[in-house]
Amino acid sequence: MTDSKSSRQFQIGINAVLILVTLMVVLPFLLVFISSITDENVLIRNGYSFFPEKISFYAYQYIIRQGDKILRAYGVTILATFLGTVLNVAMSALMAYPLSVRTLPYRRGITFFIFFTMLFNGGLVPTYLMYVNYFHIKNTLWALVIPNLLLSANNVLMIRSYYMTSIPDALFEAAKIDGAGHLKIFLSLVLPLGKPILVTMGLFSGLAYWNDWTNGLYYLSGNAGQKLYSIQNLLNQMITDIQYLASGKVAGNIGAEVAKLPATSIRMAIAFIAMLPLFIIYPFLQKYFAEGITLGAVKG
Amino acid sequence: MKKKTDAKHFREHLPLYLMLLPGLAYLMINNYIPMAGIIIAFKKLNFAKGILGSPWAGFENFKFLFNSPDAWIITRNTLLYNVAFIIVNMVVGIAIAILICEVRSTKLKKLYQSAILLPFLMSMVILSYIVYALLSSENGLVNNSLLAALGIEGIQWYQEPKYWPFILIAANCWKGVGYGCLIYIASLIGIDPSFYEAARLDGASKWQEITKITLPSLTPTIITLLLLSIGRIFYSDFGLFYQVPMNSGVLFPTTNVIDTYVYRALIEQGNISMSSAAGVYQSLVGFVIVIASNWIVRRVDKERALF
Repeated sequence: MTDSKSSRQFQIGINAVLILVTLMVVLPFLLVFISSITDENVLIRNGYSFFPEKISFYAYQYIIRQGDKILRAYGVTILATFLGTVLNVAMSALMAYPLSVRTLPYRRGITFFIFFTMLFNGGLVPTYLMYVNYFHIKNTLWALVIPNLLLSANNVLMIRSYYMTSIPDALFEAAKIDGAGHLKIFLSLVLPLGKPILVTMGLFSGLAYWNDWTNGLYYLSGNAGQKLYSIQNLLNQMITDIQYLASGKVAGNIGAEVAKLPATSIRMAIAFIAMLPLFIIYPFLQKYFAEGITLGAVKG
Repeated sequence: MKKKTDAKHFREHLPLYLMLLPGLAYLMINNYIPMAGIIIAFKKLNFAKGILGSPWAGFENFKFLFNSPDAWIITRNTLLYNVAFIIVNMVVGIAIAILICEVRSTKLKKLYQSAILLPFLMSMVILSYIVYALLSSENGLVNNSLLAALGIEGIQWYQEPKYWPFILIAANCWKGVGYGCLIYIASLIGIDPSFYEAARLDGASKWQEITKITLPSLTPTIITLLLLSIGRIFYSDFGLFYQVPMNSGVLFPTTNVIDTYVYRALIEQGNISMSSAAGVYQSLVGFVIVIASNWIVRRVDKERALF
């Protein structure tokens, strides 16, 4: 009797703590949303708040009516995410299969070539100079797709392990006896059976593209670059402008500069629509996210 | 005769090499050419002559870097922040994981697990918006609602370097704790329940269960994650240190790390010699640390070594 009572108290206690943790996680997102539907004048007067005096959907109306730049950035994000993810998954899936074939000559050497990229890198300076001066990706859509995100050695090696451990050897043997070549085996056996890992890796690649803003920061500049801003770059640009105005380095009329900046509620609305797709897909794909994370860390 | 079988062998494997080709070509460009590019740090770069044609500078660029006060500040910040991140995220992550596993209602359990991972999915730009909404000096939530209610005068957060270690550690924990937490939960689920039953029969308290069964069972996972993060201790999340403090110059003493230094020197100042020297410093020391930490894992538990 006392035991069940103390255990009930224990349950209440831990749930209280965890609800607090959950609130700490969720409330900041709620703050972004509420700020985006707060009347701009109230926002300026009272600051960001969970309980605004007056609600207004002006920010969203503005985005729909006059948000060419914002909608364009949204489109760029979708395009770069789609292109990058498709190329990433295709290349990773293709690359992982040969590495899983035990008879492939030089397999160990090639695997090391891939693996070594996880240990050592040349850093930003040579990468930047190479992409800008020799591949001329500055201010092109490729700037958002190619550098760093197109292939991850870690993901390739995880896919390889999956091919090796989760597809029964007997299936490969049977296919070989039927006279199937490597391409046939890859297309009709490895791809369909490897689908779970490819979905998981694709999801992480898509997330990386959706959230990336560093490639845009490095490789897009000036008016030509701004046309290719992803939604994250646009957000980054706006917060940089705020900082620039606050730093007092502005030479001309500060009032005019401030006026050019989108209103606070609009900025928060853009931040919210940048997160929205993630909120929407998360409940459906949570399993894959969790799997990907545990796969990556807990070996074997 | 042997030659013929070789050719046949090669033809049989040709499709496999073709499959490898796009990926290998990408790694060659994206990773290996820049590795060769570390020679830039030893050159006095002159664009008219090209990288290879530029005169050698020996260790001049490095001397310059290490004679500046920045070298010490960025090294210290990078290391100390990483140590703090590792400890805080580990302690908080394990605590939350243990609590979640104790929850009896499966529905609530799922809810907590889903919530804790959510910030992990968001970009650093979003995090910087959230931090700005909280800390902006004119209309931030903290100054306007919390401190005002307590009768404390608002703080100029983006002008005061001394607060930033706490802000960044908290922000990093908020964003990243779910990742570790999920991994700890996965290994907690693997603990044999009969251990707990036996302990309960012996009259063990909850606290004893945690310290005598749960934590020891988690040790391998903790060591793996610890060594993975130690391997990355010379690197930091560029976004966290550049974006979240909003690139504010006043805050550099407590927010500048190697990654932000390299970026600012390269893009904002166009100082290739300093930025490449700092980049090479990071690559080489980072490499030594990865190798060393892996060597230790191999000695402790070969199964868990990276290579």
